[in-house]
Amino acid sequence: MEKTWNNKAWFMVLPVLVLVAFSAVIPLMTVVNYSVQDTFGNNEFFWAGTDWYVEVLTSDRFWDALTRNLIFSAIILAIEIPLGIIIALNMPKKGLGVPVCLVLMALPLLIPWNVVGTIWQVFGRVDIGLLGHTLEALGINYNYVQNPMDAWVTLIVMDVWHWTSLVVLLCYAGLVSIPDAYYQAAKIDGASRWSVFRYIQLPKMKRVLLIAFLLRFMDSFMIYTEPFVVTGGGPGNSTTFLSIDLVKMAIGQFDLGPAAALSIIYFLIVLLLSWIFYTVMTTSDAQS
Amino acid sequence: MNFSWMAWTLPTALFFITIALLLVGMGIWEYVSPGGNPRVGILRFETTRGDRLFVSLLGSAFIHLAWLGLGGGQDLWWALALSVVYAVGVFRYV
Repeated sequence: MEKTWNNKAWFMVLPVLVLVAFSAVIPLMTVVNYSVQDTFGNNEFFWAGTDWYVEVLTSDRFWDALTRNLIFSAIILAIEIPLGIIIALNMPKKGLGVPVCLVLMALPLLIPWNVVGTIWQVFGRVDIGLLGHTLEALGINYNYVQNPMDAWVTLIVMDVWHWTSLVVLLCYAGLVSIPDAYYQAAKIDGASRWSVFRYIQLPKMKRVLLIAFLLRFMDSFMIYTEPFVVTGGGPGNSTTFLSIDLVKMAIGQFDLGPAAALSIIYFLIVLLLSWIFYTVMTTSDAQS
Repeated sequence: MNFSWMAWTLPTALFFITIALLLVGMGIWEYVSPGGNPRVGILRFETTRGDRLFVSLLGSAFIHLAWLGLGGGQDLWWALALSVVYAVGVFRYV
């Protein structure tokens, strides 16, 4: 059958272009403009050149927050991806258990981020929270308001509780799409449980794992609402991630120039890391 | 329409006009020579000329940031020159 060429089809992408222009391109341009100027409000701007970029890049505050972000994302990915795969592998494939498990898995994803933060803020409190009170009764000295390690553990457990379901659901979708013939062939060959996972299930889950990995990386790297509600960036600055620092700078201090420069640097780091992950995973996928 | 809220300056306008011209140029190149010229370069994975432009622009951004962060001062012309050399290298070898 001969292909029909119709250049009018290009107009079909126009709505998307307009949407992206207003939601991403124009705000990005504005942030770039702000990042090279200083303002005291009243729509008056003064040229600052690259001063804000130098200020941000040479400050300990930026590097400390970036380090915390990278450590947080690494821990989140190291826990949520394997845990998501394990839960998905053990979920029922047939019967009443399927809808029950799917609904249970979807529940944390349906809760708004600020509500998740509030739930864990109350849950972890030593005086009224179930978790904090129970840990104290067990003789464990836990206080996320005063101890940085406790604050980190609380944030990590909260994020794992909130987002592992996403990895589970994506992996589960990948697993149920594998035809039975693969499992039957493996059974005839006498393949072990590990071999089935390594040579059938894992390769078939690769694409959804790529999506899960990228989504969880970008989300965890840009996390704001939950730590803001639970710890407010404290104790001290121990949970002040780049996003929290950015808001403090832009809204708390009204330093719009440095905040815009930090936004651009933050955006470039997310873009670079996402591109590296995407390229590495799609390249290995193509090679296999 | 009043765009003063976007706080435009001549240097940032020139920067975005350059990016837009690059994209238009890539569009024309694709029209003249369709297919994106995919090839496997020194990074050992397939890239099209669009990928190579992306790598060039992203790398150039980090070259400028490194120049500023490592105390290269305000004179960004050296960083720009380095970025052009880098971009030529990317289009030639990646």
